[in-house]
Amino acid sequence: MMVKSIEPTLASHPSTSPVGDNAPRVDATQKLTGAATFTDDLQFGPGLLHGRVVRSPHAHAIIKSIDTSKAEALPGVRAVVTGKNYPGYLGLYLQDRHIFCRDRVRYVGDPVAGIVATTEDVAEQALDLIDVEYEELEGVFDPVFGATPEAPLIHPDMGDYVVANFIFPKPGTNISNHFKIRKGDTEAAWKECSAVIERTYRIPHVQHVPLEPHAAIARADQDGTVTLWSSTQSPFAQRNLIAKALGKSQSDVRVIGHYVGGGFGSKAGVTMEAPAVVMAMQVEGQPVKLRLTREEEFYTTFVRQGLVAEIKLGCDSTGKILAMENKFYWDGGAYTEYGVNVTRASGYSSTGPYEVPNVKTDSYCVYTNHPVGGPFRGFGMPEMHAGIEQCIDELALEIGMDRVQFRRINCLKEGSILVTGSRMHPTGLPQCLDKAAEAIGWGKKSEPSGPNKRRGKGLALMWKAPAMPPNAGSSAWVELREDGTLNVGLGGQELGQGTFTVSAQMAAATLGVPFDWVHIASPVDTKYSPYEWQTVASRLTWSMGNAIVNAAKDARKQIIDLVAESWEEDPADLDIVNGEVISYKSEEAMSLKDIVIYGLPKEGDSGWIGGPVVGRGRFMPTYVTGLDPETGQGERAVVHYTTGAQAVEVEVDLETGRVEVLRGVAAFDMGKAINPDQVRAQMEGGLVQGMSTALFEGFKLEDGHLLNPSFVDYRIATSADAPDQIEAIIVEVPQDDGPFGARGIGEHPMVPTIPAIANAIADALGIRISEPPFSSEKVYLAMLDKGLVD
Amino acid sequence: MAQHNLTLTVNGDPTTVTVPSHYTLLQMLREKLALTGTKNGCAAGECGACTVMMDGEPVNSCMVLAAECDGARIDTVESLAQDSQLDPIQEAFIETSAVQCGFCTPGVLISTRALLDRNPDPTEAEIREAIVGNLCRCTGYLSIIKAVRKSASTRAEAEV
Repeated sequence: MMVKSIEPTLASHPSTSPVGDNAPRVDATQKLTGAATFTDDLQFGPGLLHGRVVRSPHAHAIIKSIDTSKAEALPGVRAVVTGKNYPGYLGLYLQDRHIFCRDRVRYVGDPVAGIVATTEDVAEQALDLIDVEYEELEGVFDPVFGATPEAPLIHPDMGDYVVANFIFPKPGTNISNHFKIRKGDTEAAWKECSAVIERTYRIPHVQHVPLEPHAAIARADQDGTVTLWSSTQSPFAQRNLIAKALGKSQSDVRVIGHYVGGGFGSKAGVTMEAPAVVMAMQVEGQPVKLRLTREEEFYTTFVRQGLVAEIKLGCDSTGKILAMENKFYWDGGAYTEYGVNVTRASGYSSTGPYEVPNVKTDSYCVYTNHPVGGPFRGFGMPEMHAGIEQCIDELALEIGMDRVQFRRINCLKEGSILVTGSRMHPTGLPQCLDKAAEAIGWGKKSEPSGPNKRRGKGLALMWKAPAMPPNAGSSAWVELREDGTLNVGLGGQELGQGTFTVSAQMAAATLGVPFDWVHIASPVDTKYSPYEWQTVASRLTWSMGNAIVNAAKDARKQIIDLVAESWEEDPADLDIVNGEVISYKSEEAMSLKDIVIYGLPKEGDSGWIGGPVVGRGRFMPTYVTGLDPETGQGERAVVHYTTGAQAVEVEVDLETGRVEVLRGVAAFDMGKAINPDQVRAQMEGGLVQGMSTALFEGFKLEDGHLLNPSFVDYRIATSADAPDQIEAIIVEVPQDDGPFGARGIGEHPMVPTIPAIANAIADALGIRISEPPFSSEKVYLAMLDKGLVD
Repeated sequence: MAQHNLTLTVNGDPTTVTVPSHYTLLQMLREKLALTGTKNGCAAGECGACTVMMDGEPVNSCMVLAAECDGARIDTVESLAQDSQLDPIQEAFIETSAVQCGFCTPGVLISTRALLDRNPDPTEAEIREAIVGNLCRCTGYLSIIKAVRKSASTRAEAEV
């Protein structure tokens, strides 16, 4: 037997579970040396063709005619495609969009025609040679107006669109979803309140601005198959949606996703990839690259949709919140790949992280002639919390209660009754609140750095659930190699959030091998990789993590059963530690590399047992129920809520109105930090991204035209703006169905940042500004208005 | 279309390349020399993802015409690691978790290298200023600032 005995005891096999370790990122070296491949880096040789898209210059218009003849005559132009031959619809929850517009354009930037040429320059030249005759229509540029019967209809055919059964469009209006909460009796509750406040907040459109613009290369082969290399969060959803829109089988569409240079939601679902595919279908056999310019990136993929939120909140004299009424008007834009579900998510989370017995919420997704609203880190929660968490502060002040104490009384605890009627699972929200308040030095004023400066502190809480269909699934495989190392097959995308690293940690810990024995089978390729719904909703560590753990357990069982049979031992006495199978009973040990491919010989040269080991695993939540369409009540609306708190200290310059975030504290409960350093990296980066949207960012839209589509005119936070210090605090109250107890943490750190900063500005100046960004100009004018400066 | 024949040094290697007149240094690197570590984030000199060293100075390669590079020395992210050994700057980025999506990383590394070459012991304010033209949407910059400080001290120790 190929068994070596170990001397003297099993103490030489200490457990080396890498879960909870700050394992180095598996992608770091590639990314630091320039070796990491992003989509635009792929080499296709001289046969590569280049595409450009002709876009609507109008916010709302009928297409009367398109003449492509001049463009087609330009030397170097290989094909021009319009929507004429592509009647199919695209859409994740509500199929409302053609690949190229057919009869109508609905926003400035809507794709009207695609040009395929031998070079990008020729394609660019041909853009001006497409003659499109439009008949302009009245547009809708405000969601509150858009929801009224007077507004022009943007989608007259909405009644015919295919829609998911939990989305409720109102045909004959611009309302693409209306989600309602009717819980308790708000009318009666207002009478019991000793303080009530009512506020309206407006949140502008912002853009994800991943540093990597969208890029896609498509090739259509003569056998009817399509291959798409794309910078995407959703290879499998792209396969599914593009196949459906083209009337193809999902097997005929292959999507390959390399490293993604930042997504934040902008690369979820399908945007420019479907046009790239039909452009390639005009020139079979040749790859066509479509790469968005930075300007196109700003308004032709997804934007974070605008919001008008009307919030009414009341409490009794002890500070207990009794009632809440919300009206959310989401500016969904021209189409609604995700907007309808942002609307739903904000509805079923509409109390914020508080227990409120009486709630009435109406959350509307409204078509407008603005850029297409999509998912953005937090999926509606940053926008929604911006108002709610300011109301919480104001209500506490109104009844003379400390704002942290007010939150402590009302925030969700285990067993609290949620807005949808179910009960809260174990949560560390109260600990997050206390730790954040302590770390920021709540209640203590610090000295400003100069006579014309004012300081203030602000705090906000948050909650967020993964927003997804109830049955969004994950799968994984774990294959062992001759050297005993693991190759982990997965379908989730590495966007920077560190999913490959924590996947490797979980696989290593489950199977019993060192962290650096794990390799990730990347790039994700729908032809070879196991199914994953999408890399969105902060769901991978939890959902894909479960699938990986199950796959590693399956491989582990195959190995242990095999060795137990060979050693004639009980599998319960065996373990895999540090890459060796060991027996606690016989104290024998054997390296995985001697087992996992070739199996083991039977006694006396009488044959072999075993064979190459491949473990498989899957995960899908099975317990999410529907909600009553009239009341929004149900048994279990979501899989779980990640909760947390943020606190900031700001200094405002009275001479300029400039707001500087000096310090930030983030305390979140992610159940279990699989990799604490990477968790802290999410908390730091999320806070600064949230700060950027609070202080600098916002679309300047005029009749549907974006006036600031560049980094000069649309400023994001730079190294000069980052706070001096961010303290990231990990709270771990385990998730019952999470791998190692983990929940997601990717999106959450930017959810409470706008209100935390708004509350700090109010603390410093006594001023509230209803619409971010809290730019120097706005703050200065507000100070002038208030008489703080003259 | 007019073409230019250029002779230059790229990452230490003598290189000759023919490019159209309107090509930028960024296009030359990515499309003619297949050096794709340098990234195209905006093509307008606003994001810093394409930062490379030209004769020892950091430049936005999207704003430099390739034809101007005749005779120049260009160093890109691919030149940092030598003989399978990461540069201390790269090591520091791993240690402080300063890499997320990785798209801004090559440009940030080059700006860091340029800073440390001219100022081996920068203050935090000098670090922030040196990378202010390198936009990063993931990290929030603090881990990058830490990495730069760390690599400055590692380089200082190495020279002692």
